[in-house]
Amino acid sequence: MEPLLNVEDLQVSFQTFAGEVAAVRGVSFQVNKGETLVIVGESGGGKSVSMQAIMGILPMPPARIKGGRITYKGEDILSKSDKEMEKYRGKEFAMIFQDSMTSLNPTMRVGRQMTEGIRKHQKVSAQTAKEIAIDMLRQVGLPNPDKIYKRYPHTLSGGQRQRVMIAIAISSKPSLLFADEPTTALDVTMQAQILDIMNQLKKDTGASILLVTHNLGIVAEMADRIAVIYAGQIVETASARELFFHPKHPYTWGLLGAMPGMETDKSTELYSIKGTPPDMFCPPIGCAFAPRCAYCMEACRKEAPEEYREENGHSTRCWLLDERAPKVEAPTAVIPKPLLNEEEVQ
Amino acid sequence: MKKYILRRVIISIVTIWLIVTISFFLVHVLPGNPIAVNSGKILSTETLDKLTEYYGLDRPLSEQYLIYMKNLLHGNLGYSYKYAGQTVNGIIAKTFPVSAQLGLQAYLISIPLGFLFGIIAAKRRGKTVDYLLVGFSALGVSVPVFIVAALLQLIFAVELKWFPVSLWKGFSYTILPTLTLALGSIAGRTRSMRTLMLEIVNEDYVKTAKAKGLSKAVIVWRHQIKNAVIPMIPMMGMELVGILMGSFVVENIFAIPGIGSYFVTSVQALDYTMILGLTVFLGVFVVIANFIVDIIYGVIDPRIRVTK
Amino acid sequence: MSIVTKKDFVMVRESAGAADSIVRPSESFVKSVMRKMRTNKAAVVTFSYIILVTALAIIAPLVSRYEFDMTNIMDGNKGPSSLHWFGTDAVGRDMWTRIWVGARVSLTIGLFGSIIPEILGIIIGGIAGYFGGVIDSVTMRIIDVGVCIPSLVYITMLMLFLGGGPVTIIAALAMVGWMGPARNVRGRVMQFKNREFVLATKTLGGSTGRLIFKNIMPNIMGQLVVNITSGIPAAIFMEAYLSFIGMGVQSPMTSWGQLSQAGAAVFRIYPYQLLFPGVIISVTILMFYIFGNCLRDALDPKLSN
Repeated sequence: MEPLLNVEDLQVSFQTFAGEVAAVRGVSFQVNKGETLVIVGESGGGKSVSMQAIMGILPMPPARIKGGRITYKGEDILSKSDKEMEKYRGKEFAMIFQDSMTSLNPTMRVGRQMTEGIRKHQKVSAQTAKEIAIDMLRQVGLPNPDKIYKRYPHTLSGGQRQRVMIAIAISSKPSLLFADEPTTALDVTMQAQILDIMNQLKKDTGASILLVTHNLGIVAEMADRIAVIYAGQIVETASARELFFHPKHPYTWGLLGAMPGMETDKSTELYSIKGTPPDMFCPPIGCAFAPRCAYCMEACRKEAPEEYREENGHSTRCWLLDERAPKVEAPTAVIPKPLLNEEEVQ
Repeated sequence: MKKYILRRVIISIVTIWLIVTISFFLVHVLPGNPIAVNSGKILSTETLDKLTEYYGLDRPLSEQYLIYMKNLLHGNLGYSYKYAGQTVNGIIAKTFPVSAQLGLQAYLISIPLGFLFGIIAAKRRGKTVDYLLVGFSALGVSVPVFIVAALLQLIFAVELKWFPVSLWKGFSYTILPTLTLALGSIAGRTRSMRTLMLEIVNEDYVKTAKAKGLSKAVIVWRHQIKNAVIPMIPMMGMELVGILMGSFVVENIFAIPGIGSYFVTSVQALDYTMILGLTVFLGVFVVIANFIVDIIYGVIDPRIRVTK
Repeated sequence: MSIVTKKDFVMVRESAGAADSIVRPSESFVKSVMRKMRTNKAAVVTFSYIILVTALAIIAPLVSRYEFDMTNIMDGNKGPSSLHWFGTDAVGRDMWTRIWVGARVSLTIGLFGSIIPEILGIIIGGIAGYFGGVIDSVTMRIIDVGVCIPSLVYITMLMLFLGGGPVTIIAALAMVGWMGPARNVRGRVMQFKNREFVLATKTLGGSTGRLIFKNIMPNIMGQLVVNITSGIPAAIFMEAYLSFIGMGVQSPMTSWGQLSQAGAAVFRIYPYQLLFPGVIISVTILMFYIFGNCLRDALDPKLSN
C-alpha cells in the first residue's frame, strides 16, 4: 500500500552567522493512512525541523532543504511552489504547535484566527465559517464556545489555548495532522486530555497523525509506530509495541530509561544518557551517538552504521546489530517493568 | 481599561502641574529684574517701579504663583516683557498655527512613508531595495536636521529654483521645510518598522498563519503589519516631540514665524513670562499628545487592557 | 566498501561521558564578543574611525599653528588652502583647529552625556529595588511623571540657570536619561532579591547588597555597554541641535553644533563653513551608530540571526 506521506533522505541545513548547521541529515520515514507515527528525540535533534520542512513553513533563508524527496498521496510536494502548497497547508496538513501562547496571534480574536483558515479552504460565508468555528471549539471540549470565540488568546488558560490550536488545526478536516510537542507546555492532566482529543479525532476522521516529542512516556498509548531521531537521523524505527519491548538502539534505551513513572525505579541510575547532543556545526564522522554511548566500539567512531532491517519492520542504525559485534541485551531496567510480560498488555 | 485610562489621566494631570510649578519657581528665583533686562534701555527707577507693579512682580512669590495658576486655569498666560503690550496667548495664537501646520504636514508624510519603507525593506531583505532603504535610514538618522535643511535649500531652491528659499507665504513655501522635518522621522520609522517586521517573521503565530495555508500577502497584511505597528505606537508621542524640537531648527533656517523661533528668542532674551508661557504651553501640548497616544495604544493592543 | 573490520568491534567503555571533548571549545563571553567584533568588518572600520577622530581631537589642536580662538580679520572667510586646511571663519579663525577643539567638546558631551545618566539610573534603580517599600514607590512615581515631562522643559530650565554650555547639556541629558535604566535595574534587583540563596545569605547575616551587586552587574553589563554606545551619538546629536538653535555652546567657545550654527548663517556664500562640521558630525554619528549595532549583535546573538 502506498503510504500517505513518504519522506526519503531529507536533508535540511541552516545558514547561520557561524557557518552551516546540518539540522536534518537524511531522515526517512513513512506515515500510513490512519496511523500515528511518533518521532521522538531530544530537543535539537531535528524533529521539529523535519516536520516544518514537510509543511513548507521553514523560514528560508536561513533554512535550506539540501536534498531528499517528500511525497504526499504520491505527489512530490517538495517541487511544488509556495502558492501551490497553500492548498495543502491547513487543508490536507494541519499543525498543532508546542507553545500555544506564542503560536496564536496575540492581537486577533480567537474567532477570526479560526475563520480565516475555514474561509480560505472551505469557501463558505462568514456566517457559516463562524458556525463551523464554534462547532469546532465545542468538539475540542471547550465550554461556552461562543464566548471563547470572541476572546483574545491571552485571556485564556494554557489548556484552553491548546484546545483552540487543535480546533484551528482540525477545522478543515486535514488528512494528516502534525503535532509538535503539543503537550509540553501543559500540566499532566491537561496532557492526557489533549492527547485524548487527538485520539478521538483520529478515530472520527481517519486522519493520520505525525507527532514529535521528547517524551516517550506520554505517547505510549497513542503511537502506532515510533521513530527515534538523534542528531538529524532516524536511529530506530519500529511499531510501538516492538520498540517498547525490544528496543535495540542504546539511545532508545536511554530515552526509555528517562520515561516518567520510572523515576522511582533504579533504572535511571542503571541506564541514563550522559553528555549533550553533538554540535551540528561539525557533525561527527562515525555514529553521532558514539561519544555518549556506553556500548561504543571502535567501529562506531570510524564509520556511521548502516540500517539493520528486520522482517517485522523494525530497523535500527547501530553497529551492535552487526554479526561481528558482541551480543548486548537491553538493560532490563528500561523495559516497562509493570508490563514486562508482553502478552499481558494486549 | 477604565483603570488604565484613570491612571493615565492622573499621571498627566500631575505632570502638567509639576511642569507649571517647577517652571514658575525656577523662572522667578532667577536673579535680576526681568523688566530691566528686557526693556533694552536704561529705565528710571520710577518707571521701573511702575512696570514692576504693573506686572505684579512686587507681590510675594507665593501670591504671584496663585495668581499665575488662577490665570492659567482661565487659559491666560500673561504678558510678554519683551514685546510690549503683547500677551503670550496672542503670540501663541499667531505662531502656533504656523508650527502646527508644518509639524502636521511632516507627521502626515512620515507616518505612511516610514511604515511603507520599513515593510518594503523587510520583505525585500538582502535585496538592493533593502540596502538602499537601510542606507537611507542610517543616513536619515545620522545627518542633523540643519544639514538636511541646508542641502535641500541649496539644491531645490537656490540651484533648481523649484521652491522658494525661505519665508512662509503659501503652500509652496511649506514644501521644503516639511520635507526637511519629515526626513529624519521617515528614516527613524523605516528602521524601527524594518526591525520589527523582521522579528515578527520569526514569531510562532506567523508560522501558525502559514500553516493555515494563508497566502503570503494575507499573512503580511493581517498578521505581521498590525503586530509590528503596535509597539511603534508609544513611540509616536516621542516622535511628535522630536518633530517639535526639529521644527525649532527648521523655523530658524527657513525664517518661518512659528512658535519655535519665538521660543528660542525668548530664551536668549530672558523674556521670562514668554519662556514660562511657552514652556507651559508646549509642555502641556506634549503631555496631552502622549496621553492620547497611550489611550490609542490601549485601545489597539488588547494585552494592555488587562496587564496594566 | 566498509572500512570497518572485525577487530573494530571491541567496546571502548571509557568513552561514555566523554561527549564534551568533541564539542567546540567554549569561549568566555567577553572573548567571544571580542572575536565577533574583530572579525566584523563594519565593527573594525567604525572603531578605527572613532579612534582616529578621538586622536585628532586630542592631538590636532596641540600641533596646530593656530589657537582655536585666534582671530585675524584680514584673513576672514578664506576657503580651504595649504595654510588653513579647512579655511577660516568670518573673523579669520582657523576652521581645522576649531573643528578639533569642537570635537573635544562634542565628544566629551557625547561620552559623559551617555555614561552619567546610565550610572545614575543604575544607582537609583538599585537603591529603589534593594530597599523597596516607600523609597521604591516614591522613585517609581517620580519616574512615571518624569518620563512625561518633555526634555524641552528640562533643557530650557537648565539653560536659564546654568547658561548654555557643555555642563548644561550633560545635565539635561542626565535628567532625562536616568529613568529608563533605573526602571530596568530596579526590576532586575527586585527579581533577584527573592531568590533562595539571596534570602539564605540574608538569614545568615551576610551582606546581600554586595551579593546582589556582584550577580546583577554581569547581567546588565552587556545592556549597559550597548546603551552607552548608542547614547554617545544621541548626546552628540543633542549638543549639535541645542548649540544650533543657540541654546548650547556659544562662541568663542566652540563645538560641532556651534560651528554648524555659525556655518549655516553664511551657508549660501561660504558653503564650506557648514560643510566641514556638518559632514564630520554626520559621519561620526553614523559611525557610532553602526558600531553600536555591531556591538549589540555581538552581545546578543539572538538578534543577529
